[in-house]
Amino acid sequence: MNPLAGCLLVSALLFSVGLAGALTRRSAILVLAGIELMLNAANLNFIAFWRYGTHIHSAADPMTGLIFVIFSIAVAAAEAAVGLALILAIYRHARTSDVSEMTELQG
Amino acid sequence: MSWIVRYLWLIPVLPIVAAGISALLQRERRRLSATLAIGSMGVSLVLALMAFAEALSEPARQVVNFPWMQFGTEWVRLGWLLDPLAAVMLVMVSFVGLLIFIYSLGYMAHDDNFTRFFCFLSLFAGAMLGVVIANSLLLLFMCWEVVGLTSYLLIGFWFQRPAAAAAAKKAFITTRVGDLGLLLGMVWLYGQTGTLLFYDHGAGCLEQSALAGMAHAAAAGMAVSTAIGLLIFCGAVGKSGQVPLHVWLPDAMEGPTPVSALIHAATMVAAGVYLVARVYPLMSAQALEVVAWVGAITAFFAACIAVAQNDIKRILAYSTVSQLGYMMLGLGVGGVAVGMFHLITHAFFKALLFLGAGSVIHGCTEEQDIRNMGGLRRYMPVTFATYAAGMLALCGFPLFAGFWSKDAILHAAHGWGLSRGPFYLGAVGALLTAFYMTRQVCYVFFGERRVTEATVAPASVAQHVPHGEELEPIVSARPGEVCAVEDPHESPAVMTGPLVILAVFAVLLGFVGTPAWPWFQSFLAGQSAHLDWAGFGEPGLLSLMVTSSLIVFAGLGLGWWLYGRKPIEHATDLDALERMQPGIFHALANRLYVDEFYNATVIALARFAAAFSAWLDRWIWGGAVWLVSAVVTGLGWLDAGVDRVVVNGGFDAGCRDLARGGRLFSRLQSGRVQNYLRVIGGALVVLAVLLLWGRRG
Repeated sequence: MNPLAGCLLVSALLFSVGLAGALTRRSAILVLAGIELMLNAANLNFIAFWRYGTHIHSAADPMTGLIFVIFSIAVAAAEAAVGLALILAIYRHARTSDVSEMTELQG
Repeated sequence: MSWIVRYLWLIPVLPIVAAGISALLQRERRRLSATLAIGSMGVSLVLALMAFAEALSEPARQVVNFPWMQFGTEWVRLGWLLDPLAAVMLVMVSFVGLLIFIYSLGYMAHDDNFTRFFCFLSLFAGAMLGVVIANSLLLLFMCWEVVGLTSYLLIGFWFQRPAAAAAAKKAFITTRVGDLGLLLGMVWLYGQTGTLLFYDHGAGCLEQSALAGMAHAAAAGMAVSTAIGLLIFCGAVGKSGQVPLHVWLPDAMEGPTPVSALIHAATMVAAGVYLVARVYPLMSAQALEVVAWVGAITAFFAACIAVAQNDIKRILAYSTVSQLGYMMLGLGVGGVAVGMFHLITHAFFKALLFLGAGSVIHGCTEEQDIRNMGGLRRYMPVTFATYAAGMLALCGFPLFAGFWSKDAILHAAHGWGLSRGPFYLGAVGALLTAFYMTRQVCYVFFGERRVTEATVAPASVAQHVPHGEELEPIVSARPGEVCAVEDPHESPAVMTGPLVILAVFAVLLGFVGTPAWPWFQSFLAGQSAHLDWAGFGEPGLLSLMVTSSLIVFAGLGLGWWLYGRKPIEHATDLDALERMQPGIFHALANRLYVDEFYNATVIALARFAAAFSAWLDRWIWGGAVWLVSAVVTGLGWLDAGVDRVVVNGGFDAGCRDLARGGRLFSRLQSGRVQNYLRVIGGALVVLAVLLLWGRRG
């Protein structure tokens, strides 16, 4: 097993754990946490492919994958902030953070 | 050209403007309306006198033409003219009109619609003056029709009476029959000459070049100008009440008496005679022969009927018809001057007679039946004296106006080369004229006052009564005996004044046209007259004068012998003639059944045609229209059915299915976020499996 396969395996595990959390938890905050796990699995993939990828790093930008991940983490942070703000707003409105009770948008 | 010719149009326009203003006034503005009418008429009279003076100093014809409107490439031109003929008529119409306006002040004083009356009178006078000065057959025709319209309005002035409404309609429709001929003649004339101007410096339709172009034969051996002349004469027959279109004129007496005097004695009915005189150059010898015969027959025929009438105005109406016949006879056999002279003298004495009759009617509280009068000379001396003057003038009593003018006509008829028939008809007519006028005067003014049951017949009380204030107290006291308690009274000065003035003219006017001093005839011909006693020396003239005087004396004597010697004592007594010849008298009293004849023929035909047209309209055309509408309705009904069942049903079903699909799919939208995520996750797994599967395959 090469390092890349190991990384991808960890990343896949991490994604599965995140997905399971996002699907099964009732609390909106925990669903958000699951989504963060899935995002970080993707980030791990970025790093792994950057470090062990088969393609040759170009001399012009040796840092592409790294920069991507940093951006991604920044976006994830912003997303988490927005998500938590939304959850707070919903909680204030509906007095609950149980996602299974938030069905007002059904068709 | 002097200013009076340029401003001649003011003469007709002033009364018309007065009528227009009167029409806008409120009903209570009686004084203003009358002032406007009489004032405008007075100014017109002054202008007419100026025009007359101008025509005296400059006898040549003066015309003013102007373009009116364009249709196609042609300009329709109108214009007015001043010549001795027009000048004489202008003065006559405006003078007699003014007197009658003043008289109306008294006669209509108590009528509710005084304002409307003066509005119509002014409009009539303006239109009549327009007829007189028109230099275009088209302009003349327009004024002619306005005259006809106002005649209709004035005859039907008391339209509350069914008889007046019917008489108005009858007058209007009967004259339309004649006007159809006039219109056709006018169109034909335009087609032949391309102009309707009478005189246009050599290019008018009455001038030599145009007349020469119409000399060729048209149909049945008549020259075109003869045919056109006869068609125009049709209009004159209708308007002037000649046989066979005379039936409307006696019925027109339903209008107020001043109207009868103005329209149906002095001016409007003379318009027909004037028209023939105006288009005289168009009249060939053949056409004039027809004119002469129609005139002679009318003169005789109407005089016969007048003998047996009992309504004071109806006698005068038939007398008017008869005298108009004389005028036509004069035009036919003697020329313009002969006919026009009688027109002018007749206008004065017939207006006088009508106004006198109005005074009698006014004084007797709306009584019109001469059998219920009698002895009025003691109650109404002024009316009696003036009426007698008018009656003698009408009879042709020597030296009165009618004598000279009627004698000129008889003399011309006597000398007519074609036939003596018109002369004999005219002479017998003169005898009858003297006879029936004597009869009327004896009935009305002589004898004792007759008051019987007939006097108080409810009809005379129920009639429309314009002067209620004299009548009302009596009616409320003893409704059955109106005339019995109230003696006849003389009319006020505003009514007797015009009578006296007209009487002076009725006596003296004839002296402007005696054979010794034929000023009138020379004036119309544009020459100067001089006194020449040799005028009486013309062969046959003096003997004819003596003969006609004898005829008049015979008529007067016969009338006196039958009616004056021993006046009837009761209104129900039989007429002297009726005792002797009841058959003839009844036939005459029923106007020789001309109305009945028309009822049985023309009117029955018209009624049948109307009924047939109505039937055609209702069943054939109406049926066709109904069929079309039914087809359309059916198609519409079918279309609605298709719409409802097929189109609406189809769309409804489609909409229902769409809604159901929407409901189905909306279930996917559960609102549970985790469900969505679950689907995404499942889809991801399926996708991954598929990809892997595909890679391996």
